[in-house]
Amino acid sequence: MNVIGYISSIFKGVISLLKGMKVTGSYFFRPWTVVTQKYPENRKTLVMYERMKGEIVMPHNANNEHKCTGCGICEINCPNGTIEVISKQIQTEEGKKKRIIDKHIYRIGMCTFCGLCVKTCPSNALAFAPNFEHAVFNRAKLTKVLNQEGSVLEKGVE
Amino acid sequence: MNFNIYDFTSFNQWIDNYLYTSLSPFWALIVEMTIIGLVFLTGYALVGLFLVYLERKVCALMQNRIGPNRVGPFGLFQTIADLIKLLLKELISIKQADKLLFNLAPFIVIIASFLCIAAIPFAKGLHAMDFNIGVFYVMAVSSMGVVGILIAGWSSNNKYSLIGAMRSGAQIVSYELSVGLSLITMVVLAGSMQFSTIVEAQSDGWFIFKGHISSVIAFIIFMIASTAETNRGPFDLAEAESELTAGFHTEYSGIKFAFFFLAEYMNMFIVAAIAATVFWGGWMPLHIGGLDGFNHVMDFIPPFVWFFGKTFVIIFLMMWFKWTFPRLRIDQLLTLEWKYLLPINLLNVLLMALMVLMGWHF
Repeated sequence: MNVIGYISSIFKGVISLLKGMKVTGSYFFRPWTVVTQKYPENRKTLVMYERMKGEIVMPHNANNEHKCTGCGICEINCPNGTIEVISKQIQTEEGKKKRIIDKHIYRIGMCTFCGLCVKTCPSNALAFAPNFEHAVFNRAKLTKVLNQEGSVLEKGVE
Repeated sequence: MNFNIYDFTSFNQWIDNYLYTSLSPFWALIVEMTIIGLVFLTGYALVGLFLVYLERKVCALMQNRIGPNRVGPFGLFQTIADLIKLLLKELISIKQADKLLFNLAPFIVIIASFLCIAAIPFAKGLHAMDFNIGVFYVMAVSSMGVVGILIAGWSSNNKYSLIGAMRSGAQIVSYELSVGLSLITMVVLAGSMQFSTIVEAQSDGWFIFKGHISSVIAFIIFMIASTAETNRGPFDLAEAESELTAGFHTEYSGIKFAFFFLAEYMNMFIVAAIAATVFWGGWMPLHIGGLDGFNHVMDFIPPFVWFFGKTFVIIFLMMWFKWTFPRLRIDQLLTLEWKYLLPINLLNVLLMALMVLMGWHF
């Protein structure tokens, strides 16, 4: 190594180190750049992101209608056996036999939030919701029925 | 009696006289040593705990986090809670370990750092021992810590500990040179190794201004080399978490681990205190030759405020390094010392000697 290269390598090294120190120093002297949120204190104003995978829900419209046809694809796809679809056969007005869901059971305690059920649902009946406060005192409360009381299948969804 | 908070000499004299008139000389000496020991122990623990808190807070802010904020206001009691946890933990004894050395190692490390504090001047008159070879004494005593680290690594009977200890040994032995030579540069300027003389000599301007170019180079080298000597990042190869779990203190638990931890932080404090004393004037207020009004205003700030202020600014600098730079490889570490710091340092000593001879300093 020649002398000029040696000396310039010292200055280059110092400059590159100072660049790094500038970044951390600028964060240190601007405490308002802190991204940590104090959770229980800011619970009232906390806004979670839309894409947050908090829990699986079945969206219902204003007429209490959902899109689940009871095909059972979500149940087959679930790796943990989290979902259980209990369906029943009914007679329609035209005299045809049709399958509708009685209960769409979702056991959140077993769910890994992999999203396979949401992804594979042919009628987009399932979705993720951002609610993440699932702590309960009784394990039985972790078993949820996703379809609401008295809800029916939306018109036009087969 | 009224005591001057700017000069503790009369206060110390008063305690000394009182003890020697009421007790026999032997017992007076014992009582004095006990008082000093207790004061230092308390200070040691408090400063150590505060530094751990400071480190976590500074590092958090640099990483856009808040850091400890649950225990007490602003998380101030977090480290006290941690200490209580460490005190309550089990001391696990290793089956194949060398029992005597294993138990001895933390004490050697902590004694080495404890001996150093004795030579540091905290304020005028607040000085346990004012050696005429103060700088040399600090150098000699602080390098004893590596013996403790080597013993800890050897006696743990664990390959991680042994590798960590060996790395630490290689690192401290090589960086000791740079620390010594950069201090020698300043000793050349001061013309004395006694800390009180060094501080007094800076009453008309700190050495970092008086020795300009040479002092600044020596200061930078001292900061780099002393960071390496205290085994702190980016030179924390001895305990590189991702490679060696915890390095030489892998097998230690409870209070013995706390000793290593405390000693590391106190070493940082000692190194910063020496840098503040030698380069930034220790407890001496900021004086600019010729500006009497300004000097007079600066004199109103008590010396221990100056001392701790400067020390904590340097500690902040060291934390800034640690949380910015990635860890060096062992070959990069040794290249930095032997190919860069040492030659620059040797030239710097010559430059400083030339400056002193020719009177180029202020």
